[in-house]
Amino acid sequence: MSTEPEGETRVVDAPLASPAATTGLFEVFRRRYLLRLLVRREISARYQGSFLGLFWSYLQPASRLAMYYFVIAVILDRNIENFAIHLFAGLVMVHFFTESFGAGTRSIVQNKAIVKKMAIPREMFPVASMLVSAYHVIPGMVLLSGFCVASGWRPDPMGLLAGLLGFVLVAVLGTALAVLFSAANVFFRDFSNVVQTLTQFTTFSVPMIYPYSMVDDRFGGHTTLYLLNPMADAVLLFQRAFWVGTTKNPEETISEDLPHHLFTWGIGQLAAALVLLVIAQYVFSKLENRIPERL
Amino acid sequence: MSESIVVENVQKEFKIRFHRTIKQMSVAAARGQELSQTFNALEDVSFAVEQGESIGLMGLNGSGKSTLLKLINGIMRPDQGKVLTRGRISGLIATGAGFHPQLSGRENIFLNAAVLGMSDAETRRKFDDIVEFADVGRHLDSAVGHYSSGMFSRLGFSVAIHVDCDIFLADEVLAVGDKPFKRKCLERMQEIRKSGRTLFYVSHAAGSVRKMCDRVLVLEKGRLTYDGPVGPGIKHLKYDDAKGSGSQTDEEQSDDELGNDI
Ligand SMILES: Nc1ncnc2c1ncn2[C@@H]1O[C@H](COP(=O)(O)OP(=O)(O)OP(=O)(O)O)[C@@H](O)[C@H]1O
Ligand SMILES: [Mg+2]
Repeated sequence: MSTEPEGETRVVDAPLASPAATTGLFEVFRRRYLLRLLVRREISARYQGSFLGLFWSYLQPASRLAMYYFVIAVILDRNIENFAIHLFAGLVMVHFFTESFGAGTRSIVQNKAIVKKMAIPREMFPVASMLVSAYHVIPGMVLLSGFCVASGWRPDPMGLLAGLLGFVLVAVLGTALAVLFSAANVFFRDFSNVVQTLTQFTTFSVPMIYPYSMVDDRFGGHTTLYLLNPMADAVLLFQRAFWVGTTKNPEETISEDLPHHLFTWGIGQLAAALVLLVIAQYVFSKLENRIPERL
Repeated sequence: MSESIVVENVQKEFKIRFHRTIKQMSVAAARGQELSQTFNALEDVSFAVEQGESIGLMGLNGSGKSTLLKLINGIMRPDQGKVLTRGRISGLIATGAGFHPQLSGRENIFLNAAVLGMSDAETRRKFDDIVEFADVGRHLDSAVGHYSSGMFSRLGFSVAIHVDCDIFLADEVLAVGDKPFKRKCLERMQEIRKSGRTLFYVSHAAGSVRKMCDRVLVLEKGRLTYDGPVGPGIKHLKYDDAKGSGSQTDEEQSDDELGNDI
């Protein structure tokens, strides 16, 4: 960029410009090398100094599954076909969401050493949190696919598409909320508590420990309000991908245990999540100027 | 010559909040007390720096030096006026940014370099130099959290100093380095200066400013009250009124001064 003759003036061929980092989510992906290092830092720091290391990321989802399974299937004796898979498909998504949202909300405060010292796009941190959470979905997916295959899974293209849609929906939604709340959390640390409380509801607001057909019965088919919850749709899409293919009669499962127009719901929710992301970005850029001095 | 830093009528406002929780706030509001106060940490500051100039920024504690540096670095934006810079900025204000205590020195070098805007290839190219300058020996692969505070800042310092930048900002940071390392750093900063980079150096040490800079800016309560040659600038601050301006004593003093500051 510049020549460097000893003792003489250095010629810098760059324009005179504002030093403040050009911000925004696009800038985050332009600096993906830094993003990659931040993600890797979080992942390797989490297992640093632990004896079992990455094995924990398999142990944790497995133990969560075992706990829910024991309570719902053994104690409460709910009888759902292949309940473990029905449950686990939901758990993977819910965990991805709560992790992106929760860790993302704390991310800027946690990285204040960087935020206060260097002008980098600050959306970097909530996005990195989401990617770290996405990385931790992998072990869950490996276990889930393993269970599915063991139960005679017949994957179908529409199902895989549903899975992809569900995953992308949670990723976009998680990022949007993380961006929004990470900035808010700088001004009032109360927000990380708010988020913690909110995410506790997620487990019960999605058809995971109970089947969707039960909701449908209870409300006599009026499930629009229930399905307006994007996480419910994401979990259903994931069940469409994994659980449906393991049931005895997939066609019947789709018509009886899943809502009609599931894909329409999913695509609609994705569009809404994208709109939320745009709003989050807008609010973030309004708040951002005051972030370094409030940390 | 081309302008490297342009600061025009810059104002930066901070809010001092007297209360933190809703309980304290409502009590204060009920008593009719003020909840917060705004004040200008910088007021109508204007100056321009040519590429290759070496500027000493001086002033008492709280006069706004670090705030000005943060505006130039782009961490904060001015409330009024504008700040423009040309080229890449690095310096000793972001030393150790991104260091994770549980990761090794090696991993942290890459991370810190990326935060400072270096690419993977650039970091690899300079890696050996960085390690040699930091001189942390066999601790390179152990967790940074177990470093002594001096070693920690040496590592950060070493990365910062190897960034191929056009503007170098230095705020007082090396309070924990030992004497040989401080000397090495000052030599290195002289090199930076000779290579034609713009140097912006915040210091309370008249001796090192005299050695390092060819122009002094003095801030007083957020206003720029002096902009000119080094000697009169230091006098303006009344730092050496007791000893007169004999440069002899200054030179003798400088080593000790380096002890509390670079
Ligand atoms: N984030 C902030 N919020 C509120 N006030 C602030 C903030 N940062 C700095 N200030 C105030 O702005 C003024 C200038 O601070 P600054 O750190 O720039 O001083 P300085 O000249 O660097 O001092 P020193 O010599 O002690 O380093 C101080 O009164 C300080 O209290
Ligand atoms: Mg300061």
